[in-house]
Amino acid sequence: MAQDGDLLLDVKNLQTQFAASGGVVRAVDGVSWDVRAGETVALVGESGCGKSVTALSIMRLVSAPAGRILDGQILFKGRDLLQLPEDEMRRVRGREIGMIFQEPMTSLNPVLTVGRQLTEPPEIHLGMSPAQSRARAIELLGMVGISDPERRLKQYPHQFSGGMRQRMMIAMAMACSPALILADEPTTALDVTIQAQILELMKGLSRKMGVAMVMITHNLGVVARYADRVNVMYAGRIVERGTAREIYANPRHPYTLGLLRSVPRLDEPRRAKLLPIQGQPPDLSRLPPGCAFQPRCQYAIERCLREAPPLEPVSPGHVSACWVAAELGQKATA
Amino acid sequence: MAAPARDDRAREEPARGDEILTVRNLSKHFEVTGGFLGGRRGVVKAVDDVSFSIRRGETLGLVGESGCGKTTTGRCVLQLEKATSGSILFEGKDLAKASPAELRAVRRKMQVIFQDPYSSLNPRMTVGQIIAEPLAVYGIVPDRAAREVRVKELLGHAGLLPGMARRYPHELSGGQRQRVGIARALAMEPTLIVCDEPVSALDVSIQAQIINLLEELQTGFGLTYLFVAHDLSVVRHISDRVAVMYLGKIVEITDRQSLYENPQHPYTKALLSAVPIPDPAVELTRERTVLGGEVPSPLNPPPGCVFHPRCPIAIEECKAGVPPLREVQPGHLAACIRV
Repeated sequence: MAQDGDLLLDVKNLQTQFAASGGVVRAVDGVSWDVRAGETVALVGESGCGKSVTALSIMRLVSAPAGRILDGQILFKGRDLLQLPEDEMRRVRGREIGMIFQEPMTSLNPVLTVGRQLTEPPEIHLGMSPAQSRARAIELLGMVGISDPERRLKQYPHQFSGGMRQRMMIAMAMACSPALILADEPTTALDVTIQAQILELMKGLSRKMGVAMVMITHNLGVVARYADRVNVMYAGRIVERGTAREIYANPRHPYTLGLLRSVPRLDEPRRAKLLPIQGQPPDLSRLPPGCAFQPRCQYAIERCLREAPPLEPVSPGHVSACWVAAELGQKATA
Repeated sequence: MAAPARDDRAREEPARGDEILTVRNLSKHFEVTGGFLGGRRGVVKAVDDVSFSIRRGETLGLVGESGCGKTTTGRCVLQLEKATSGSILFEGKDLAKASPAELRAVRRKMQVIFQDPYSSLNPRMTVGQIIAEPLAVYGIVPDRAAREVRVKELLGHAGLLPGMARRYPHELSGGQRQRVGIARALAMEPTLIVCDEPVSALDVSIQAQIINLLEELQTGFGLTYLFVAHDLSVVRHISDRVAVMYLGKIVEITDRQSLYENPQHPYTKALLSAVPIPDPAVELTRERTVLGGEVPSPLNPPPGCVFHPRCPIAIEECKAGVPPLREVQPGHLAACIRV
């Protein structure tokens, strides 16, 4: 069992591309990030920034032949997942890394009972007998707060509400006590009161079981409440990383700053006008030269048009890919 | 983008302040059939005895979770659903008693902006054709050449370049498509626009652009909005008054400031507490009420106050009767016997 703080997942220079009619889409363009045992790391960004493809790449579920992982390493407990034979990779999926998707209805099998879907992973991965796996399934449903688990096991996913289906997804992800769970927009399809329930449940379980969590989301509020560290992605790259506290209190990339400014906040006085980020996210098959955010950036300088900025430290544990990151810091403190 | 100049027609209308829309005791029930012989299984009271009014130039936010009836309320106002009972008065006219010709005129003045701009734009038409169609159908701009000029003007109001008229919806981003939907609504020169989750399908960085645009157009053209949404932060930003719905009923309605600073109904309080604040320092110390349970099935709503099974302050009496919406503070209505 890994100790808290040990490096659990180490993604190095991951590049995933898709062949599309308009050319090659560089969905993930050389990202490096890591997760330590027991912590919650967020990948934040808007649609098309590469956050979901990053998760699919870790699970090696990028659909071929259109998509392929071009380069990089995904070290999980020291082993490079990209080098594993398929049968060994199967033992990682579900057993060592669990996954929770946004839309539970499309990721659950509609013709199998809830019980069958919950008992299958422990039987396959842990060699449990049907009686053992049934006991485990009942335990899991109880753990995620589904009452009357014995009756529920005989039901089908369509008999569950949206929130209950997401609880069931969490139970499935937890079934084999994985070390890491990848949660891709786990509460986006849910109502706000149900979202609060599910997030509290996930956080509680991850603390209790010592499971590390990768939370993929576009919701800055969810990140603020639940993540220890945050990676902000834009156009296939990580543009800023730091502890959640640092990223929100002292953002050092214009995109992060723009995102934080553009959302109305309930805890602050209402502003007369919102401050949006101008323009549109770029087409990934036709990225602008230099920094991908430059056409929308109010701080852009001449250098941004020519050279893509690398991720560089701005303070301990805090990196930003911006040529004017230092001045952004001064503006914030001034 | 500069705010568009105020139209002449806006000046002819009565001044801001009179009630442009009055909804009285509106109910919309859907019969649910099914089962083995297709028999009647029950009635869903999607909207159940809802009353509110909107003054000219004002924005009323209608918030609630999925299935609370906020969209159906909007559709009844737009006459896209026939109300089961109750009345809807638009500019003083009872729509239930309006003749077909009168309804046609009303439909022009009430427009809608949908959540998903992709499924609400015809993929086979160019943006120019989409905006020009209502201008031709309603004879607003009968001349073809003049229509093209008007389309470009409307695109400009929505913050799009004139060249956009030749593009197809699939070539546009989500934000641009929503701007086309807005331009199309403006083409009819409406006085009231029902905005049904207009930004919830958009990326965070684009949402603010569209909200600012809606506000600029409201000032420029004297528009009135019924703003239906689930995002409480967005609703606070854009609304003058806010109504909170739960399971087909309005549980609280008041001006923006009272609702957000002094919420009365336990459901409103729980909703506000469930919204995460994008600031870890705030989140660390914030008190939160996580509601237990889920929204009950509208086919089989609980007796008495429909919120009582999830309510943290419910007492025995809450099961006995449906609490009426009453004034708990001046101008502040809530449907709860415990406040």
